[in-house]
Amino acid sequence: MTTLNVRVWRGNEDGEFVSYEVPRHASQTVLDVVTYIQRNLEPDLGYRFACRVGMCGSCAMTVNGKARWTCRTHVSKVVENDALEIAPLSNMPVIKDLAADMTTFFDKWSAAKGQFKGNQTRHDEFATVEPGSPERQAVDAGIECIGCGVCYASCDVVTWRPDYLGPAALNRAWTLVNDVRDVRGAERLRAVAGDAGCHSCHTQGSCTERCPKQLAPTAGIAGLKRKVAKAAIKGEL
Amino acid sequence: MSQSLSVVTQAKLWYWQRISAMVLALCVIVHLVGIIMAVRGGLSGAEVLARTQGNWLFGAFYAVFVLASTVHVPIGLMRIAEEWLGWRSRSVVIAAWLFAALLAFAGLRAVYAVVMPGGAA
Amino acid sequence: MRKNDLRARNHAAYWAFLVHRLSGLALALFLPAHFWALGHAIQGEASLDGFLKLADNPLFKAGEWGLVILLSLHLVGGVRLLLIEFKPWSGLRKDWVALSLGAGLCTGLAFMLSLFS
Repeated sequence: MTTLNVRVWRGNEDGEFVSYEVPRHASQTVLDVVTYIQRNLEPDLGYRFACRVGMCGSCAMTVNGKARWTCRTHVSKVVENDALEIAPLSNMPVIKDLAADMTTFFDKWSAAKGQFKGNQTRHDEFATVEPGSPERQAVDAGIECIGCGVCYASCDVVTWRPDYLGPAALNRAWTLVNDVRDVRGAERLRAVAGDAGCHSCHTQGSCTERCPKQLAPTAGIAGLKRKVAKAAIKGEL
Repeated sequence: MSQSLSVVTQAKLWYWQRISAMVLALCVIVHLVGIIMAVRGGLSGAEVLARTQGNWLFGAFYAVFVLASTVHVPIGLMRIAEEWLGWRSRSVVIAAWLFAALLAFAGLRAVYAVVMPGGAA
Repeated sequence: MRKNDLRARNHAAYWAFLVHRLSGLALALFLPAHFWALGHAIQGEASLDGFLKLADNPLFKAGEWGLVILLSLHLVGGVRLLLIEFKPWSGLRKDWVALSLGAGLCTGLAFMLSLFS
């Protein structure tokens, strides 16, 4: 049986990588590795997981430098010379070991007006949303986001601009901008405009490259740029 | 920039940088073709000026080129300053304006220099 | 908080961003010098000619060659961004990343050929 040499981040920001030897199996995921370490080698290792089947996004970590869902990452796909490096997600404060603080991530979701607001009641007719319409297709392309933070952790603009809302929040705003039932209109466009918003995206594309659900925040952000600029020029912002 | 310019202004700056980019795309293609043709057989003052002096179409084209650059370049530089130098105060906007003024002055002066009818000094 | 390193950045669209930003920076710093050089013509043909003779050396020519390549890279990379930002979504347009490298190559070759003809 071969072993893996696994370097795991321990501590908070002022932490360090600690090495562990983990038995290697066929069909082993990175989450399996982390779980083995916590159960057998380091009982106070802090890390997050929930569904362990690629639905909840809780287990996102930085594996060999790239943000991934550890439950959906086979060791065989990412191992280099029988070695793995596992760290918490970037761009977020480190609570402990592999657990990052997602407070700001979700605060920015809120700041981008990422909540639906309608004006119909149960007494009104059903809203009619044409599934094949360009707007609904734009929504459908981005609606599956589960807020795992991989895109946000992968974005250098988030690193360089502390107030940048980030790809997830902007992607969610885009799905709502295109939702014909939503009434937040200009308020949301104002929220996602400018240097803290869509106009700071430099199309680095790391978000789109890394999204485990194959979403394309770059697309939504480009759409927001157009919509916001149009509104700004018309004086509607 | 984010602290000192309104969100509407920031949105407009993005827009103007893209519009000037579209203008520059055309200008640059023409310019590159011109450079590659002009550089054949070496460059001399006489050759350059023979083509440009009194050539008002040339002058108009390059004036547009300069003005588009005056819009496009400082906005881009401001982004780099904000993100890589952490320069986010009001002074980065002022610096961008100053650079724009420098480009406009020096650029239009250069266009004038090569287009103004020959012989004068 | 931890930051990303090269491993997270090693993909086509990111390299395209970096080339676009660095080429833009180089061109931005070059422009005032370029305008100053051409402005010599205000003092007459001899003044401009004097500058051009000064610039007629291998180091200068190599610089010019580099600049036209950077200009081509910035141009085609910029067109890629305009397509992404203004046209319907069609992925990160990595074909255009390849095109920009091709354009840089072509311009570099064409300029070299012109220099030596």
